[in-house]
Amino acid sequence: MSLLQGAHQETSQAARARAALLAWPEFNKPAVWLVAAILLIMPFIASGFFLIEIFATTLILGTIALSLMFLAGYGGMVSLMQLTIAGFAAYMVAVFGMSANTNISLGWPWWLATPMALVLATIFGTLGGALAVRTEGIYTIMITLAIGAAFYYFTNQNWPIFGGHTGINTIATPKFWGVDWRSDIPYYYVTLGVAAFCYFAVQYVSRAPFGLALQGVRDNPRRMAALGFNVNAHRVAAYAFASFIAALGGVLQVWNYRQISPGSVSVGACIDILIIAVVGGITRPIGPFIGAFIFVILRTFALDLLVKFGLDGNRFRLLIGLGFLAIVFWSSDGVIGLWERWRRRATATDKRPGGGHGHG
Amino acid sequence: MDSAAQRFSAVGAGAALELRGVTRLFGALAALTDVTITVRPGERRAVLGSNGAGKTTLFNCVTGDFPPSSGTIRFFGEDITHFPPYERIRRGLRRTYQISALFPGLTVRDNVYLACRGVSRGRFSPLRPGANDALMHAAEALIQAVHLSPVREQRVAELAHGQQRQLEIALALAGAPRFILFDEPAAGLSPTERRELIEILTSLPAHIGYIIIEHDMDVALRVVESVTMMHNGRVFKEGLPHEIEADPEVQELYLGAGHE
Repeated sequence: MSLLQGAHQETSQAARARAALLAWPEFNKPAVWLVAAILLIMPFIASGFFLIEIFATTLILGTIALSLMFLAGYGGMVSLMQLTIAGFAAYMVAVFGMSANTNISLGWPWWLATPMALVLATIFGTLGGALAVRTEGIYTIMITLAIGAAFYYFTNQNWPIFGGHTGINTIATPKFWGVDWRSDIPYYYVTLGVAAFCYFAVQYVSRAPFGLALQGVRDNPRRMAALGFNVNAHRVAAYAFASFIAALGGVLQVWNYRQISPGSVSVGACIDILIIAVVGGITRPIGPFIGAFIFVILRTFALDLLVKFGLDGNRFRLLIGLGFLAIVFWSSDGVIGLWERWRRRATATDKRPGGGHGHG
Repeated sequence: MDSAAQRFSAVGAGAALELRGVTRLFGALAALTDVTITVRPGERRAVLGSNGAGKTTLFNCVTGDFPPSSGTIRFFGEDITHFPPYERIRRGLRRTYQISALFPGLTVRDNVYLACRGVSRGRFSPLRPGANDALMHAAEALIQAVHLSPVREQRVAELAHGQQRQLEIALALAGAPRFILFDEPAAGLSPTERRELIEILTSLPAHIGYIIIEHDMDVALRVVESVTMMHNGRVFKEGLPHEIEADPEVQELYLGAGHE
């Protein structure tokens, strides 16, 4: 009994501390500051190759996967069209902006073409979401996969706008204030800024009424309706929010490669986003970035590693697949889940009593 | 004399809840057949009946979880028959579920906060509530009212059954309820918890009416002023608690048959 009371006292104390930090509890962790510092000084540590091919790519894929994490982790909606939305934004940047395909590109300056691309991609994703919210579970997956596949084949066959299977090449990237924002270091910071913005936006919204209600919809849509919430409207709004994040990722991606073709929006690429999110863990916004980092590292180095062992380098996906299997097998919540379980075990042996619910 | 016939045939515009000829079919099975019930504002009524009598189906039709196949439902004079559930809730209707329908991944406080948010503006707000948020205070008061303050930061999945039942009630009390449907709130509660439940129900403001489905006659008859007895999807009998309790037909149906 006294043990129980002790636990209660502790929770109410923790509650007060938490209430004080209600607005931004995330900044209360030293790990956050450490990671932020490392990412900020990265250009002084890493070479151009690492900066762009590893870190910028991780941040871009992480941002797109973050949009899936938001839908799946908070909303319980597994959308396979997040990469398609990003790809749509990328195509729109190419179509409205400047590129070598002058018969397609309208030649708008980047500061007009980019917002246009973001708005159109958000509308595109919201419409797709409006279709998808009428279904649940595996049917949501199927409908969003169908949208992704349809878009892939459409871009392949449409020449007037999407440039057919060759796509659109040599897309102009922003240059202003005397800075070429596609050169390695500025581009890295742009990517980091956008990814950090999206990360904190998702983190922040998850504790706001909109995000909380979305988690309510995930846990029990029927009860949410019985509490006064329009469940479908909430789901569509979640798609709109996630679409905007995916679109930001798409814009970064097209600035990175300076070209966009159907290969970038293939069904395989859509599924890569799912793998990234699941491997990293879909319960926290940091998960997709961890997943993206693992994915990029494997994709970049598995080839050399396999060749070194005398195997076919093209089998690097086999490694990714095996890693995916292993992680999903041992933890339903990806790398985050493994790490949390390890940490919980560490704290449990550290201080036995009262260490029960260190969640959040 | 305040006869049952007078009381229950009175179809007033002032009724809190008025069901007329409500029928609900599941395929060929009629879960509800031509149910007509009128409940005054502030009235507290029990719905009794064995399993399969249509009590929960009745609730589901009223809240819109699934709509009636035919008939009309009026809530404070307004025809809500074809309203989606959330529109009914925003008009002051509330319900609890027989099997707790909570948000297990969220804390107690977030559960109650969502209930408060659902019946007010800003459901889509992307801004976190501040320390002085009015709804946060409202949620806090509700948590205290159902004695859950010590566990307010715990995830609902970790709560004991009795605590979950109490939370279930807290969710139905959020905002400004005008009429509440309690679906077996005492199910699985200990005697102490039952007493607490009765206390919560009897201390509700007088203007809040409710219908309670309850198998435990001791609980049911202590917190209501009228009783509707259902059988096979139909209204079998209506009356004052002591009339129903003393009714030989009811006794045969309810106490003799069924009710394990």
